[in-house]
Amino acid sequence: MAKLKSLEELAKLREDMRTRTEMRVTGTNPDRVVLSVGMATCGIAAGARDTMKALAEELAAHGIENVSVVATGCLGYCYAEPVVEVRFPDKGPILYGDVDAKRAKEIVDQHLVKGILLDHAIIGKGAGRR
Amino acid sequence: MNRYRMHLMVCGGTGCRSSHSVQIVEALNQELKRAGMDQEVQVVTTGCFGFCEKGPIVKVYPDNVFYIEVKPTDAAELVAEHVVKGRTVQRLVYKDPAGGQRIAASTDMPFYGQQIRIALRNCGLIDPESIDEYISVDGYQALGKALSSMTQQQVVDALKKSGLRGRGGAGFPTGLKWQAALKTRSDKKYVVCNADEGDPGAFMDRSVLEGDPHSVVEAMAIAGYAIGADEGVVYVRAEYPLAVKRLKIAIAQAEEYGLLGAGILGTAFSFRIRLSLGAGAFVCGEETALLNSVEGGRGEPRMKPPFPAEKGLFGKPTVINNVETFANVCPILLNGPEWFASIGTEKSKGTKVFALSGKINNVGLAEVPMGITLREIIENIGGGVRNGRAFKAVQTGGPSGGCIPKSMLDLPIDYESLAAAGAMMGSGGMIVMDDTDCMVNIAKYYLDFTVDESCGKCTPCRVGNKRLFEILQRITDGKGTMKDLEDLETLGGTIRDCSLCQLGQTAPNPVLSTLKHFRDEYLAHVVEKRCPSGVCQNLIHYRVVAEKCIGCTVCARNCPVSCIAGERKSPHVIDEDKCIKCGVCFTKCPVDAIVKE
Repeated sequence: MAKLKSLEELAKLREDMRTRTEMRVTGTNPDRVVLSVGMATCGIAAGARDTMKALAEELAAHGIENVSVVATGCLGYCYAEPVVEVRFPDKGPILYGDVDAKRAKEIVDQHLVKGILLDHAIIGKGAGRR
Repeated sequence: MNRYRMHLMVCGGTGCRSSHSVQIVEALNQELKRAGMDQEVQVVTTGCFGFCEKGPIVKVYPDNVFYIEVKPTDAAELVAEHVVKGRTVQRLVYKDPAGGQRIAASTDMPFYGQQIRIALRNCGLIDPESIDEYISVDGYQALGKALSSMTQQQVVDALKKSGLRGRGGAGFPTGLKWQAALKTRSDKKYVVCNADEGDPGAFMDRSVLEGDPHSVVEAMAIAGYAIGADEGVVYVRAEYPLAVKRLKIAIAQAEEYGLLGAGILGTAFSFRIRLSLGAGAFVCGEETALLNSVEGGRGEPRMKPPFPAEKGLFGKPTVINNVETFANVCPILLNGPEWFASIGTEKSKGTKVFALSGKINNVGLAEVPMGITLREIIENIGGGVRNGRAFKAVQTGGPSGGCIPKSMLDLPIDYESLAAAGAMMGSGGMIVMDDTDCMVNIAKYYLDFTVDESCGKCTPCRVGNKRLFEILQRITDGKGTMKDLEDLETLGGTIRDCSLCQLGQTAPNPVLSTLKHFRDEYLAHVVEKRCPSGVCQNLIHYRVVAEKCIGCTVCARNCPVSCIAGERKSPHVIDEDKCIKCGVCFTKCPVDAIVKE
């Protein structure tokens, strides 16, 4: 590691390193949005790993912080795997089915960024928890 | 750089390490490798989470699931269930003792609910041995800000405005210390970090050094810039090997990155830090004795004035602050002094870290805003008194502090209120006592400590404390008189008024505060020759209740001095002349037929 010679170099290093810990900072934020990906055997078999990867990449591409991508167990919708649940802190959860990498990007672009639900892919809606 | 989808944070503080957290890290890494997920999931060794009672702790991000009392053998299940299948392992999740429900998120746990973490902000969040992780959470930004956009006076003004006061115990305003050192002209100045944490039951400084050493390194450099010093010394106990190791790593990394050394961040400011290891004398926590020790002299206090800010290490102007004080500096510069001053009470700003121990359910470290009540700390965060017993007192401030009784539990904590109660903030040790603790004996315990640790320079402290101890010994032996109680007060007052340093000035506090708040216990020992808590051996007797005794002979067989006699299946008798009051019969009796009185 070369010595940092200016405040700008330090600021750049911080930006480069931010990905190392932002997941932890977000994880304890009560206002975070949680994306849960069904990662039980059926989910993994249906390609949930690619879904999860696509979600993470698209979030990074948009520079969105305050969203946690979490693996969860079987949600019971085996016919619609991979499934992704979107949970905003103040709203009821929305469950999407058949989420491949393409649809994962759509969820981020439409639902998270613009607040538009993907009506054609919703397989369940829950009541607000808080 | 690899982008991990999950982080497994394993506590690497001294407490959790002693219950095998190092092996947990190894086991988790092995299991991840076996599952083929070592490129997806990262295992991080962190500093102390504070919830030492339930260690070792493993926290999972991004799920925010907090596992307690994890064993190396649990690694396989954690990986198979949580990591691979996304199912929380319920049996390792905290169970609320009140309602019995499982609480997975630390933020929902009563222990963390009322905490505000400033000094401990990075403990448990980052790997303390990685400067990159420290930088990723705004590390060294405060130093950069000070060097690039603040004058020395502006840094000092920010500290003054924040209201930050010394966290080592005395509570002197940090900004004023820095101002005095800035004002004094000299060719050489020093910044010293007091990491000679010596109070029994206090471990917050160790946890900061182990969990976030860079926060202290950075703050020392800021202090160096503010007062015009180019050299810093951390005086740390040799008994803290892990803290020493991580400090050394932090200093080496900061040097490598050019954040310590010559011309920091392209400016003209240079600053270096070295360690000085203490040999464990309690008096060396006193700032002037500490300076003597760093210089290679005897650890004895100096006369004040001159204060260290004028004439400190090697006779040069020196800012000396405690670890926790330094840990508050960077957030003050980054978030602004107004933000810091908005937390706490009128005269005590910010937060304080308390080390909870003794007869309390949640032993550990808690950082709370000043002004919180003792009751909130003990009942909400601490989870109340252990084994459902009755609360008797809480000892704050270590050997310099005092015992606060139940009637004062609603006291809002700050420097002034604790001093008014006859105790003191001290470094933040908080030892909870229940109805089985004898307050006279507790006072004797602390005096015993002070007698050992007095450096011997001042006669009132060296001889007076010894006499105080002897009087307490007499009282607990059942040979005390009313005159002894008077003498305790008079002598205690003299020691307090006639000692040079805080060690002597505060040494009688445990006696004077218990005498004030628990006078009835002293009277019971002196007048009735009775120890109400059944602790003082010379004042208790064991007796067999004939009606309850079934003659099983367990007591007689276990008695180490064979002073219990009796036929099989008939009541036994204790020979009190021979009895050494070890209490073995009392604990062994299967039918509770032996009473202690």
